[in-house]
This record gives sequence, C-alpha cells and structure tokens, in this order.
Amino acid sequence: MELLSGGDMLVRALQDEGVDLIFGYPGGSALHIYDAIFRQKSIKHILVRHEQGATHAADGYARSTGKVGVVLVTSGPGATNAITGIATAYMDSIPMVVISGQVTSDKIGEDAFQETDMVGCSRPIVKHSFLVKNAENIPEIIKKAFYIANTGRPGPVVVDVPKDVTNPAERYPYQYPEKLRMRSYTPAGKGHGGQIRKAVALLLSARRPVIYAGGGVVQGGGSELLTELARRLNFPVTNTLMGLGAYPGSDKRFLGMLGMHGTFEANTAMHHADVILAVGARFDDRVTNTPSKFCPGAKIIHIDVDPASISKTIVADIPIVGTVQSVLSEMLDTLKSGDEQPDQSAIVDWWRQIDDWRERHGLYTAPRYQTDGALIMPQDVIRAVYDITEGDAYVTSDVGQHQMFAAQYYHFDKPRRWINSGGLGTMGFGLPAALGVKIAYPDKEVVCVTGEGSIQMCIQELSTATQYHLPVKILCLNNQALGMVKQWQEMQYEGRLSNSVYEESLPDFVKLAEAYGHLGVKIEHRDELHGKLQEAFAEKNRTVFIDVYVDPSEHVYPMQVMPNGSMRDMWLSKTERT
Amino acid sequence: MRRIISVLMENEPGALSRVVGLFSQRGYNIESLTVAPTEDATLSRLTMVTIGDDHKIEQITKNLNKLIDVVKLVDLTEGSHIERELLMVKVRANGAQRDEVKRSVDIFRGQIVDVTSNMYTVQVAGTSEKLDAFLQALGEHTIMEVVRSGVSGIARGEKVLSV
Repeated sequence: MELLSGGDMLVRALQDEGVDLIFGYPGGSALHIYDAIFRQKSIKHILVRHEQGATHAADGYARSTGKVGVVLVTSGPGATNAITGIATAYMDSIPMVVISGQVTSDKIGEDAFQETDMVGCSRPIVKHSFLVKNAENIPEIIKKAFYIANTGRPGPVVVDVPKDVTNPAERYPYQYPEKLRMRSYTPAGKGHGGQIRKAVALLLSARRPVIYAGGGVVQGGGSELLTELARRLNFPVTNTLMGLGAYPGSDKRFLGMLGMHGTFEANTAMHHADVILAVGARFDDRVTNTPSKFCPGAKIIHIDVDPASISKTIVADIPIVGTVQSVLSEMLDTLKSGDEQPDQSAIVDWWRQIDDWRERHGLYTAPRYQTDGALIMPQDVIRAVYDITEGDAYVTSDVGQHQMFAAQYYHFDKPRRWINSGGLGTMGFGLPAALGVKIAYPDKEVVCVTGEGSIQMCIQELSTATQYHLPVKILCLNNQALGMVKQWQEMQYEGRLSNSVYEESLPDFVKLAEAYGHLGVKIEHRDELHGKLQEAFAEKNRTVFIDVYVDPSEHVYPMQVMPNGSMRDMWLSKTERT
Repeated sequence: MRRIISVLMENEPGALSRVVGLFSQRGYNIESLTVAPTEDATLSRLTMVTIGDDHKIEQITKNLNKLIDVVKLVDLTEGSHIERELLMVKVRANGAQRDEVKRSVDIFRGQIVDVTSNMYTVQVAGTSEKLDAFLQALGEHTIMEVVRSGVSGIARGEKVLSV
C-alpha cells in the first residue's frame, strides 16, 4: 500500500472524492496541506481575499451545480472568518465541506497562536464536524464528511485538522474507503406508501389547492416532477424565496413568490386554500407571518426529507418524510394509475378567482410602482436585465431591497439559477457566490444583483475576479442607503433613520472597479438605462460593475403586515392596505 | 410534562457537547443528565430528564435523532419503566439527632456509608420523588451537603434499547 503523509492523504482523499475545485486562503496551520496542493495538478485552488468569500464562493458553486462546495482555511481567524459562510450554507441546506487547519495536537487548549476551538465555534451551524486525531483516519473522515454533507438534508461539514496530523515527515498507508457504514446516520429515502396514497386522495378532493414549493425541490432535483404534477392537476404553484426556479417562473400556473414580499395573488391564494401541498419547504416565519393565523381553512400535506422540519411551526395533516424525487414520482404514479381528476369546475372557479386577484393587485398584470417619475425605478432595472439576458442568466444576490426586487421581477424558469442567502440573510454573499458560479459555468451570463451596502461587505473579492479572470456582471441598485432597514424605519419607526444612511461617504464604484482592473459603468438617468445596460452586458470578457442610481424613496411591496398579520394582510403600497 | 429520554450514542469526543448544545441552541430544558459508556465501549448511554408538551418533546426527539452521533433513542415515559437516582447527603448528627437520622435512613431504605462523631453520610437510591421526600424528612437544618446523580432509567419488560 502506498505511504503518504497526512497532508498528501487529505488532498488525495479529496481527489478520490472527485473534487476538482477548492476555495481557500492559506495560513500557518494549513501550510502542509497547501504544500500538498502545490504538488498536484487535478485540484484547482482559488485564492480568495477573505475566508468569508471562500465559503460564499464554494456555496455559489454548490448551489449552481449541486456538487459539494469545498473550502480550505487556516486555524484561528481563518476559521472564524469562515463562520458566517458556514452559517449561510447551514440555513439554506447547502452541501459544503470546510477543512480548517488547527494548531498542533499538543498545543490544543493552551491558547496557542491562532488557536480557536473550531469544532466548538461551528457546532450549532454545521450538520456535523470532525476533529482529526490521527492521520490514518483522514480517508475515512473525508469520505464521511462528503457523504453527510450531500445526503439527506444537505449541509456544511467541518473537518478540523491539527498541523501535526499533516506532517510531511510521517507517512502512513493510504487507502480510500469504497463503502461507508454509519449505524447512526440513515438519511430518509422513500416516503410512506400509505401516506402518499392519502395525500393523493386529498389532492384529488381539493377545490382550492395551492402547491407551495421550497428550496428542497431545487436541492432535491424535484423540479421536473413538481412541474409535471402541477400541470397534470392544473394546480397553482407558489415558490418560496429559496424555491424560485423550482417551478418555471414564466408559466401561467405560477403565482410568484409567497411570504413577506410575496405577490398578492400567492399570499391571498394561500390564505384561502383548502389544500396546501408543501414540498421541500419549511414554513419559515418569513412565509407564514403569524402562525396562528396561517391558512385557516387548509389541510396541509408536507413532504420533506428532514423529519424535524415537519410540524415544527405549522402542524401537517399528512406528513411525508422522504426525498422530494421519490415522493413526487410515487404521487405521479398513483395519479396516473387511477382515472380520477380533481373536480374540474371547482378548479376552474378557483383559477377565475386567482385571475381576479392577479388583475386587481398582481405584480405582473400591470406595473405596481411609479412609472412616470424622473428617477430610475429599481423594478425597471431588474426587468431590463431580465430582457437583456433573455431570462437565462445565473443571478446571485445580496440581501435587502434589491434581493426582493430581483426575486419578484426576474422570472426563473430553471432551478439552480437563483442563488441567494434566504435563511441567514447574509449581506456580502452575492459577489463571491457569483464568482463560484462563474467558475462552474464560464460560458454563462452570471449577474450579481446587489446594493451599495451589501457589496461593500465582500468587495475585496473584486480582486479574486481579476486574478482568475471571472467576468461577472455586478448590478448595484444604488439607493444611497441601507434600503430595507430604511424601509422598516420609515414604516415602523416614524422615519427615524438610525444609522441607515452614509452621509456622502460612498466610494466612486466606477473608479473602484477600475482600480481592480474591471470596467465601471454609472447609470443615473432613466433615459439611459436600457442603452447603458445593453452596452455593459455586451462586455462578455470583462467584469463590469454597473452602478445604477435608483429612486431612494422606493419601498418593496407587497409587504405583509406585522406583527399579528395573516398571509393575506399586506401593504400594497405606501398608502394602500388589503 | 416531565419526560425521560434515553439515548444511545457513539462514544466519541464531542458527542455529549452536541447533545447539550442542541438543548441550549433550541431553548429546550434539561432537568438532569447522566451519561456513561455501555457494555459496548463504542456506545454511550445518556439519560436526560426534560420538561415540555407533546409538540416540544416531538421536536426534541426529532432533533436528537438528527445528530449524527445519536444511534437510537427512546422516550421512556411513553411506556412503563423503572427510574432511579442516587443521592448522597451529609447530615449533621449529634446526640439524640443521631438516632432520629438513623430511623429516617431505615424508613427510606438508605445506608449510612460514612460516619464521624458529628455527622453521617447517607446514600439513598430511588425515584427523584422519593429522594425529595427523604430530604424533606431530614429537614433543612440537618443537611450539610447534597449530591444527586441525576436520573437513569430503563424500560420494564422485554423491550431493550440496543443497536
């Protein structure tokens, strides 16, 4: 058997796991591993400018490809800088393996230089973690880490590696395990047949159904099956922020996103539904509004791979634990084997009602924002970019108003195209995530929709884009304020704008982009929006920072009424309420 | 409602901290907790007493099951079971008090396991309720120090919690 040092074993195990890309940042405790990376060819390492950027880039790569994102950082500050990105991946169930260097085993617990208890720090935000005690265990631990990260409900796994374990002077026999047996971990597979039959019967009896699909459908590869099911039954579909693209966004059965900034028709249909089919969604508080007022007349079918997600906040009438793929395909088989159809006249009436809601306040039947002012409206920017990219771009986003405008106005027809931090709401996510996507799909258009607040949280990654030549488009909806914070302050704090404005301190983003070797474009006037956007997107070979000055007074609507509101209680504009 | 949850988990470093961390992270109560290796050295058995309604207990068991180190668990309070806790107490015992304490120990089927001229150390095993009653019988002013093991439990009959 081949003899390898711990550092070489680690890299070899990653190769044997099929890894070809690592995002990372070197440092003392990780140097043996970095040397092992230097001495091989098959794994490409992307040097980011901050460890948070490494985790978000790996995350963007994972979300867009479905593969496991891999991160390598050093101990201490390297590890703690990765924490925000690990938490981001954890909240959105993204498969990720984070390898962190650690001080030598004999120094652990002595407050050594760059020591931090990474396993302890990351414990509440990982699916699992390992502290490597012996080099011989490396192959098995790596195998387990990837298996755990990418099965069941996916999530990040931390592997903390003390420096002595990777010592190049000590060699051990290397063999990558072919199979794993973990008695304590058996991810859910097929759903319970009886429950699935009950669910199908309930769907067939529905008169006012809604399919509510979340990120689990994207992650679980269930989009096609979900689409087939919805079309077969002629049921309306709404997606969560994480689920956008799980059902084609431009399809007539799509009601738009639901929840806090969901469409009037999606939220109202949910409220009045008699049967809700929730698939890979977790009844997040940004969806349900007040749980006790959530969809009072609805029977709920809940499909999820994670039993702990079921009946956590909203009690399911028919819980089904299983992978989205297997449960949906079994549901379809059951439907196909019988002749039954839902009551067509009831479904037609339901659609008539929904179309009426769409006509009254729908986001896509008429513009629900000012269209005759002098200033550029953020909604128009997203719509223009949707047109220019023909709806086929990978869109990453930061967090705030721009994120909601992108979610509302860019219609995603395919899964894995919309990449945003939905659960944790991490500002700074968008740019590094876009770089991760661009590495995966160099020939595709990748747009990072951001704001002047969010972009400054990971702006150093502009330098990474330069080093690896990653020509993404950065679309900054610049409203010269922390827009969503300001919106809440205007709505709930009588307009006291506590620390949400910059007082003339914003950088010149065009010059900043140029300083990194990129192209900067500033758009300030309504009449130049389309022309300048076209020009910017015609630059296929350069990273372009498009700084668009938008109406700073604009709010995101609809917005659910809080606290104590139900799904259907929404502000539709600054003055109009349902 | 008071529940006794018994968990079989991998006997690995960090496993206990994951269980305890889960409870603090999700705002669940721990009334008591005991843990020790089983006859199979690769497994630990952890017994925990917690309080919550059915919904909360369901969430607790689901989230415990999600921990990679947890192999199996059972809510002992769902069926008939035996629970025991060990108490050791140092009791002031002078003069006439000595006989009085001794009588109480006999009534509760305890044992005096250490003696000085001024005090007894008493050991009692039983349900938590019985131990509470014993301490009450002794009276506050005679008690110098109390140590309790926390609850361990096992199901009655032929049901076993094993891999």
